[in-house]
Amino acid sequence: MTFVREADYGTPASKAEARVTLEIDGREVTVPAGTSIMRAARESGVNVPKLCATDMLEAFGSCRLCLVEIEGRDGTPASCTTPVAPGMKVRTQTPLLHDLRRGVMELYISDHPLDCLTCPTNGDCELQDMAGAVGLREVRYGYTGENHLEEPKDESNPYFTFDGSKCIVCSRCVRACEEVQGTFALTIEGRGFDSKVKASAADPFFESECVSCGACVQACPTATLSEKSLIEIGTPEHSVVTTCAYCGVGCAFRAEMRGEQVVRRIPHKDGKANRGHSCVKGRFAWGYATHRERVLKPMIRAKASDPWQEVSWDEAIQHAASEIRLIQAKYGKAAVGGVTSSRCTNEETYLVQKLVRAGFGVNNVDTCARVCHSPTGYGLKTTFGTSAGTQDFDSVEHTDVMIVIGANPTDAHPVFASRMKKRLRQGAKLIVIDPRRIDLVKTPHIEAAHHLPLRPGTNVAVLTALAHVVVTEGLADEAFIRERCDWDGFQAWAAFVAEERWSPEALESATGVPAAEVRAAARLYATGGNGAIYYGLGVTEHSQGATAVMAIANLAMATGNIGRPGVGVNPLRGQNNVQGACDMGSFPHELSGYRHISDDNARAIFESLWNVKLDDEPGLRIPNMLDAAIDGSFKGIYIQGEDILQSDPNTKHVAEGLSAMECVIVHDLFLNETANYATVFLPGSTFLEKNGTFTNAERRIQRVRRVMSPLNGYEDWEITQLLSNALGYPMRYTHASQIMDEIYESAPTHRLPYSPTALRKENASRLWPKETQPHG
Amino acid sequence: MTKLFVPADVAALALGANEVTDVLTRAAATRGLSIEIVRTGSRGMAWLEPLIEVETANGRVGYGPVSAGDIPGLLDAGLLTGGAHPLAIGPVDQHPWMRRQTRLTFARCGVIDPVSLDDCVAHGVFKGLDAALELGAAPTIEAVTKSGLRGRGGAGFPAGIKWKTAAEAQADQKYIVCNADEGDSGTFADRMIMEGDPMALIEGMAIAAFAIGADKGYVYSRSEYPHANATFGEALGLLLRARPLGPHALVKRKPFDIERRIGAGSYVCGEETALLESLEGKRGQVRAKPPLPAHRGLFGKPTVINNVLTLATVPWVLAHGADAYAALGHGRSRGTMPIQLAGNVKYPGLFEAPFGLTLGEIVNDIGGGTASGRPVRAVQCGGPLGAYFPPALFNTPYDYEAFAARDGLIGHGGIVVFDDTVNMAAQARFAMEFCAVESCGKCTPCRIGSVRGQEVIDRIVAGERREMNMRLLEDLCRTLKLGSLCALGGFTPYPVMSAVRHFPEDFQRAAAQTERQEALP
Repeated sequence: MTFVREADYGTPASKAEARVTLEIDGREVTVPAGTSIMRAARESGVNVPKLCATDMLEAFGSCRLCLVEIEGRDGTPASCTTPVAPGMKVRTQTPLLHDLRRGVMELYISDHPLDCLTCPTNGDCELQDMAGAVGLREVRYGYTGENHLEEPKDESNPYFTFDGSKCIVCSRCVRACEEVQGTFALTIEGRGFDSKVKASAADPFFESECVSCGACVQACPTATLSEKSLIEIGTPEHSVVTTCAYCGVGCAFRAEMRGEQVVRRIPHKDGKANRGHSCVKGRFAWGYATHRERVLKPMIRAKASDPWQEVSWDEAIQHAASEIRLIQAKYGKAAVGGVTSSRCTNEETYLVQKLVRAGFGVNNVDTCARVCHSPTGYGLKTTFGTSAGTQDFDSVEHTDVMIVIGANPTDAHPVFASRMKKRLRQGAKLIVIDPRRIDLVKTPHIEAAHHLPLRPGTNVAVLTALAHVVVTEGLADEAFIRERCDWDGFQAWAAFVAEERWSPEALESATGVPAAEVRAAARLYATGGNGAIYYGLGVTEHSQGATAVMAIANLAMATGNIGRPGVGVNPLRGQNNVQGACDMGSFPHELSGYRHISDDNARAIFESLWNVKLDDEPGLRIPNMLDAAIDGSFKGIYIQGEDILQSDPNTKHVAEGLSAMECVIVHDLFLNETANYATVFLPGSTFLEKNGTFTNAERRIQRVRRVMSPLNGYEDWEITQLLSNALGYPMRYTHASQIMDEIYESAPTHRLPYSPTALRKENASRLWPKETQPHG
Repeated sequence: MTKLFVPADVAALALGANEVTDVLTRAAATRGLSIEIVRTGSRGMAWLEPLIEVETANGRVGYGPVSAGDIPGLLDAGLLTGGAHPLAIGPVDQHPWMRRQTRLTFARCGVIDPVSLDDCVAHGVFKGLDAALELGAAPTIEAVTKSGLRGRGGAGFPAGIKWKTAAEAQADQKYIVCNADEGDSGTFADRMIMEGDPMALIEGMAIAAFAIGADKGYVYSRSEYPHANATFGEALGLLLRARPLGPHALVKRKPFDIERRIGAGSYVCGEETALLESLEGKRGQVRAKPPLPAHRGLFGKPTVINNVLTLATVPWVLAHGADAYAALGHGRSRGTMPIQLAGNVKYPGLFEAPFGLTLGEIVNDIGGGTASGRPVRAVQCGGPLGAYFPPALFNTPYDYEAFAARDGLIGHGGIVVFDDTVNMAAQARFAMEFCAVESCGKCTPCRIGSVRGQEVIDRIVAGERREMNMRLLEDLCRTLKLGSLCALGGFTPYPVMSAVRHFPEDFQRAAAQTERQEALP
């Protein structure tokens, strides 16, 4: 584990298929057409000096360090803005270029504070690197000329500072805010020597439109924009690639470390979900791991009204196990259950359901996805055969028309929203179906073609009206449907949606959406090229949630918008591992891999693996467990990483249910609201303290790597294992990967190709069920 | 009814043309004389402004420079019949300054009423467009290529090749953009066209649009040109009302619309890519090339961006044939150039002539030497970024390549004359200062280098480490020339280094003085 900086190729990769061969410094290089000379050089191992170029941003050509000479061409073009051409002969190091680069560096340094030794980015500064690379030996201008050394610092942002005296006006921050994040909060104010980076026309950063995503900080080649943690702690000495635990986007990060202390988190450019970008939470908000309110010692109490009592792990586990066994002895085996967490790893989720099914001996296991995306699971499995979305995130780069229904990506999935916005700025059209005027409806350089502000509760009506237009206006893709769908089923559906009562006009009074807008939106989606639907909890968290999901799937199939990049049905999952938690058999009726508990073959696999007899009847869902608790037949629950009192509907009912239980075991980082009803509290570990995998909204399985020892003493799966062993059901895992091995073993390979070997590879991630080749 | 012509050109206005017109109108009324005063552009003889012309049997007879107080005397002397008077210059066409010219681009400027469609058409407006429509798009481009017409904005890039590139680009939308942001000090040809013959420009844009398949054009002018903008706007409105643009025969083809935009005073917005950014509503900042505007220009669409003079010359080329234009000129510089003489010169103004006159002929024969009567010491050619030429180089032919061979440039055709009182070290410093003031701030050499350049020259002049600082200035100029993103930084070394090379004594004199002073006990 050493600190390795990610390679920067200077300009983004070209997606062209045609390849071009040229010569750089006497070496033949073959790259995709449209590649910059700079990138081609880097790919062949030649580093051209640069400051304003980074492969996260389009070429800009302002620093003038990357000049090269091209045989047969006049002048010294910038290698970042000049594309390769067949047979081109480029020289990146000549006496002339040496002089010019020195000349440019001499200018830079004549307006830069010479405080390298005390600068927070000492040793990690591109300006410093370049001074070395170009061989700067003196600054003949002296340091008495006009300069910016007295520029004030802006420390208003809680996570980073802006030190104008160190700014080289490369515009990387401004461009990152525009191109990567799409917020357009930063600009260059003034001209010439007076050019200065400003946030929202000279507001302090924190009061500006800045959303603190940190893309500017990452882009800054100097110490101008620096993380406050870096300033405070110092430069990192090693880094570990891991996966963010906040939302369903699943951003890959490099945790940059100093010993076991996180210095900063830098989004990983190789991250297939985030492509090097992050949001404020992922990048800056990991402080909860060491927050003073985090509980690190196990606690028990006789009654929920008693004060907590810190105990040893051994005592807590023995107490919890004996409570479970006592309840089972007194009220029957089925009087207990468990809840898995969409915030924990696949391995941990799998282990909790295993504990419940094999250790408790019941199928009373459920997960927090119960209240969010279980309609997605049901709806997509019914329509497409698999409980998952159809696309990866990269697909959005090929989308021509986006429909966003019941989701607010800029708030809830900001990193993916930035990718959506990028595509929209490139010209893709947008249809928003949401009662709210979400940011995407009108945001810098983006305006929705149609916003259908429907009345809450009328999702299915609007979707049916859209289908009505598609069918009655002849916009259905018959060839696609005949080849890929059930033609008879389609006809029955078409006949239904074509009924006049489902026309936009007939439904207008119910939905509140002008019929003309519905018609225009349907036409755009059906005829505007690749159409993709993105939806969120505004669709699923309804009594008609599954129906709406199926209506969405039908709309996509009817218009042929399935089965290629740029189209599809895309649930935007809320928590980081909703998909994984569902995959791992967290539902009472399904074993991992969505195999029904009544399926004898499936059960046989697990019975032999787990060495137990499994109940063939589905167990209780969370609401049923609570009902049963109020009825007096359900008395004990083990809840890992979920605050059901806060997240489940009808808080009063949840509270009554929890109060009626005799043993509530809460396994979490903090004393959450549910813990008010608990008698056992098992302190959990953060994602920084554990190994395992998360599966994001695009079904990408990504590694979570332990970067620091668990402050509570154990990774979460170890705690589940302790409990299981105390219950008398032995578990003998010594590493999370052994759980993954078991998951793999239990899964028919064609359904769930988790390959532990591939996943263990550095930075590897896998998509299931479609992807067969390792992705990393 | 006698027809008189008084320029409404801003140079004439500055010298009292409106007052002259008012007094003349009143005096004629008092005397019961029937006159009609037509406001024209300027003939370009700035020292004669306001130049009144009267239509006589012998053609248009001129009087100038006329002040309001001269009017009674002029009328007494028979102004309306071309009578003799100390201010009379005879038939304007026969004036030696006019006879020496070959006025193609400026043929109508100062002659016609720029906002009378009938007058313009009577003088041949739309003949070029008709010819282009007759030829077809591709042959039109071919004709422009064959004529040898090069971009008159300064870069001298062959117009036909630019057009061909844009014509061949595949896109749903293409644009014609006219660069009318004439910011070079000592230049005024674009303004004179917009004030004197705006329809030539509109016609040129229509031809370009037809040739490359564009249906929308923009004219990017400047807030410093309120009169030009008003006259151009009036002519454009007239044409739009009279017939849908794509005027004339274009009616039955694709329509063509022109929009006028006014810049807010940034010199660098005259640089074509910064101009496009500004047109898009963004910060006026230079874009890196490639992509060329002809491939990805305004709003990312293929765009032909040409200077006013280039576009205003196109109708003549089409109307009279490429060969007629190409027959004129010198070397690879074909056709004529509207030379703008300014500064300390006896006969300032606009002089259109085929390329090939020597610089000496232009300055001394045509310009008549300095206005102060002192010896000419330096001539800056091609605007504020052009080189200073000493009289020793006056044998240089006015030709893009010949000037380049002497580290100079033709640019937009400006020539500014200085007499022997000029301090060339101060001029060199001014070039750096100009660059610093006008820099967009994007590229490092221009942003920081222009400021350092002033400081280094100050040190040289102050005699501080003169040799080292002279070397540093030279190094800086090379970094600016080869390292800058656009011509602003790239050409600032031309005036600086030409001053250093041709007038080294100006950098040493002060220095020597200071050094002597420092040496004193």
